[in-house]
Amino acid sequence: MKYLHNIGAYFIMIKDMFRKPTKWSVMKTLIFKDIDDLIIGSLGIVAFISFFVGGVVTIQTALNITSPIIPKYLVGFATRQSIILEFAPTFISIIMAGKVGSFITSSIGTMRVTEQIDALEVMGINAINYLVFPKFIALMLYPFVISIAMFLGIIGGMAACIYGGFSTLNDYITGIQLDFIPFHITYAFIKTIVFAFILATIPSYHGFFMKGGALEVGKASTTAFVWTSVVIILLNYILTQLLLS
Amino acid sequence: MIEVNNVHKSFGDAHILKGISTTFEKGKTSLVIGQSGSGKTVFLKCLLGLFQPEEGSISYNGKIYSELDADEKRNLRSEMGMVFQGSALFDSMTILENVMFPLRMFTKQSKSEMQDRADFVLKRVNLADAHNKMPSEASGGMQKRVAIARAIVNKPKYLFCDEPNSGLDPKTAIVIDDLIHEITDEYNITTIINSHDMNSVMQIGEKIVFLKDGLKAWEGSKETIFKTDNEVVTDFVYSSELFKKVRQMYLEERQ
Repeated sequence: MKYLHNIGAYFIMIKDMFRKPTKWSVMKTLIFKDIDDLIIGSLGIVAFISFFVGGVVTIQTALNITSPIIPKYLVGFATRQSIILEFAPTFISIIMAGKVGSFITSSIGTMRVTEQIDALEVMGINAINYLVFPKFIALMLYPFVISIAMFLGIIGGMAACIYGGFSTLNDYITGIQLDFIPFHITYAFIKTIVFAFILATIPSYHGFFMKGGALEVGKASTTAFVWTSVVIILLNYILTQLLLS
Repeated sequence: MIEVNNVHKSFGDAHILKGISTTFEKGKTSLVIGQSGSGKTVFLKCLLGLFQPEEGSISYNGKIYSELDADEKRNLRSEMGMVFQGSALFDSMTILENVMFPLRMFTKQSKSEMQDRADFVLKRVNLADAHNKMPSEASGGMQKRVAIARAIVNKPKYLFCDEPNSGLDPKTAIVIDDLIHEITDEYNITTIINSHDMNSVMQIGEKIVFLKDGLKAWEGSKETIFKTDNEVVTDFVYSSELFKKVRQMYLEERQ
């Protein structure tokens, strides 16, 4: 029953997010602040992880291709497919559930604990629109982060491939151009937009409706991370089934 | 004026407010007092419209809150100012931005007009030099004064304060009490303060409502509270040694 209640309350929150909009002059400032916090602030960690994981994917693939009849350019091909289809959209989103999700839950949860949300409601402000909507809009720029992750993942793979001596630059470039299907990019960005919505709303829900004090803010952040990850993994499966099979 | 008529509020099986009726007059500082757990905060949140009573009604200048549509409720709330127990300042904004916030949300004033008004109220609460400080850099007393400035900046008709001097030293608490009382007089607003501080009662309590276990046990003024024979009230009022001695002196004087 508790799960059903939470699911119902989550969808009511989504509806309320679009009701009674905050004055545009105020909302604009909030959106820019959230773009800075959630998107610009995540670029460093996403770039670092993408570059090195791209390298690791390449090394693992190269080390597992032991047969001399398998061409070396397949290293580039496998790296591109892994990064574009799964690593960039899905696993970066899981990492963002930890980074951005816990930031959203703890910042909104702290506002709940310190009565700042009550202060907004007393003033007659739709607190859900004021707090959640700018995060939702800011995270609509999330595909930009994922594009950078895809690019740096492939570059990281290239660096590992050449400096590790697994294949030549020409082989790697041939591999990443091999059998390229543009729909795979569309598929990756459809997933990214869906995950961006999840990243903005599930942590917000856990922060907004939390009860208790400072300890519960920490617990809410952990719960938000777990549920955001679970929903991302489930939706990843469903979207892959719907779009690729 | 706020009229409260037979208000009931429950959470699950817990019946918190059990039929409270009273009135709060314009231009007066009214205090709702009682022990912790007596229902003061729930009562205040009902007055603010944050909780909906299951039974009874609350009317503001004759308008019954539950009968208002969403826009009317929103307009009424914009006429309310609230000072929270923990100040509830927005910690991502400076003190000046906190005070300007209700003006940014509800008025079409230019930035300079908003800044002038915020300057004026910050001067009124003796915080003329604190504009660019963050709330975390301000002391407890300063935070309360900023909260009062934010509550009155949009010229509210109703001012609600939840234990405005809790956690403050006695001297600062008196400054805050006096400030709220002066503002109530100056702007002729309806002020309701939740408190369990007898010093506040003595200082500014023009009307006092005493709650006990979700019921109104007594109401009167600061002059009558010390003369009442109501045992529930005297137990609370004379719980401290200081007040016990004052009562003893009063009784001796009367004999």
